[in-house]
Amino acid sequence: MAEHKRGRQTVVFRNPPVITHTFSIAGPKEGRGPLGGKFHRVLPDLYYGEKSWEKAEIKMLRDSIQELLASANLSPGQTDLVLAGDLLNQNIAASFALRELPIPFVGLFNACATFADALLLGAMLVDGGYVDTVVAAASSHYATAERQYRYPLELGVQRRPTAQRTVTGSGAVLLQTGGKAPGPKITAATLGIVQDMGLKDVNDMGSAMAPAAAATIEAHLSDLGRKPDYYDLIVSGDLASVGLAITKELLQQKQISVQNNMSCCGIMIYDLARDGVEAGGSGAGCSATVFAAHLYRELVAGNLHKLLFVGTGSLHSPTTYQQGESIPTIAHAVAVEA
Amino acid sequence: MGINRSSDPQKRQAQMTYQSLAKKHQPKPRLARNMFLAFLTGGAISLLGQILFNLYRGLGLNEGLSGSLMAVTLVFLAGLLTALGWYDAIGRIGGAGSAIPITGFANSVVSPAVEFRQEGMVLGMAARMFTVAGPVIVYGVVSAVVVGILRWLVVGAG
Amino acid sequence: MDYLIAFVVGGLIGAAGQLVLDKTSLTPAHLMVILVVLGSVLTGLGLYKPFATFAGAGATVPVSNFGYVLTQGVISEIKMLGPVGAVAGVFELASAAITAAIFFGFIFALLTRPKG
Repeated sequence: MAEHKRGRQTVVFRNPPVITHTFSIAGPKEGRGPLGGKFHRVLPDLYYGEKSWEKAEIKMLRDSIQELLASANLSPGQTDLVLAGDLLNQNIAASFALRELPIPFVGLFNACATFADALLLGAMLVDGGYVDTVVAAASSHYATAERQYRYPLELGVQRRPTAQRTVTGSGAVLLQTGGKAPGPKITAATLGIVQDMGLKDVNDMGSAMAPAAAATIEAHLSDLGRKPDYYDLIVSGDLASVGLAITKELLQQKQISVQNNMSCCGIMIYDLARDGVEAGGSGAGCSATVFAAHLYRELVAGNLHKLLFVGTGSLHSPTTYQQGESIPTIAHAVAVEA
Repeated sequence: MGINRSSDPQKRQAQMTYQSLAKKHQPKPRLARNMFLAFLTGGAISLLGQILFNLYRGLGLNEGLSGSLMAVTLVFLAGLLTALGWYDAIGRIGGAGSAIPITGFANSVVSPAVEFRQEGMVLGMAARMFTVAGPVIVYGVVSAVVVGILRWLVVGAG
Repeated sequence: MDYLIAFVVGGLIGAAGQLVLDKTSLTPAHLMVILVVLGSVLTGLGLYKPFATFAGAGATVPVSNFGYVLTQGVISEIKMLGPVGAVAGVFELASAAITAAIFFGFIFALLTRPKG
């Protein structure tokens, strides 16, 4: 029996790793949104001075990691590991960003849940004594995701009201061994199980992901014997408005009430009434930037004490969609406490 | 929307229960508004086509040539608006009203051509040009050949 | 009067297409394919030409007209050459629109980069 394991899916950390620094970069549209003033850097346009959108995303992720290390006065040589991922085929944003950074690297993919993957794996490796200093990072880019998953950007297609907009942004955080420095700590994590309720509509990922989010939150609370009000905030990344409403109802059916303390990064990052983003934001970079720019500061400032960060991912590809497959989804939860 | 039913009856029941729960929370497209905007957009593009057609007729061109020139002019204008990054904004409002006219066909050719230039002039721009419009030509040609032959079989060449 | 008819007919086709998009899970690409085939079938039945005579640009601007010109090309060529005209005539009348789309697509791709 693993000594840190609780229940079926949850781990608790004996010496909780500390998140000591964060850095976020957001796209122009996100920069004009409600969290605009909080990002460490806002891009003037989707190209970020590069020749293609893919190059722009690579640069965005690389700059986030470099600026993060600079703010912590660490050189690449003093950093043990980078855990990072993105939405693009073969994880090119993360792999190419690390081409210029001599740091051991493991690439991750769980769609929009990738940042939660990085946080929980990083915390396990730090608490396990394998590494002292880990960077957890993720990125997404509206244009690169749109052309990979959907249509050319200039094609005049109307969006469905359940659709989500891929956030342009990247977030990176530094995890260090507990006790070394002050900061919010990762105290527990719940690893998700792939769910598939048979939904096929790629313009409605919220409905596909809600069962995964609800299952992981339920498992987390039951594994730890906690009530939902243990947390000041349970935040998904990113169910958006449709998936959030369904998740709340699914949990309510299990007598778990999160009506007043659950929100979503994909709703926080945009003004849904004004920004024309339908149900809200999505993308691996959405929860990463919202965490690095906003949630982390709230924890440090003492406005939030106990946060449950639930990354949710739709694990389909254009090929599976065209072959008529339904959408498998996953959610991982990470408890962060000030 | 399409759904995938599990072969396991218990799982299938759970999926169906969930799908009806989810449906309550899924906002529907605003049908009346969308149809009205599609009507205005589709109508306006056809009206522009008629104005161009009458203009070319007024210049003394015959009906066939005027029709072709009208089509070419609309394709050019849609291509220009696509290159300027405006046609997608029109499409977001006009929906089917801007997708169905020949301008929508032009948009579906020019938008991947512009976008995939980054992947090279042969394997990117040229190869991807008909990713969206290709099916229209394929089904149009297949249907034309089938209908033409059927008509010949039924009514002869008359 | 022809302006009003073109506007109303073109608008009605757009609105009907919107109904299909909003009520089904079909994409705009599916919708365009359906309209092209519909235009082609109506041409075979001898109905599209009178429709175009009545509605003018209301009938010739929507992509269904593409089905009409492709099929009309086949029918005319069969008249002159017999069944071999089925392959010879397809692009006879549709040439202008396809050539323009390819040519302008090429030129605009050379001159611009996507705005995003």
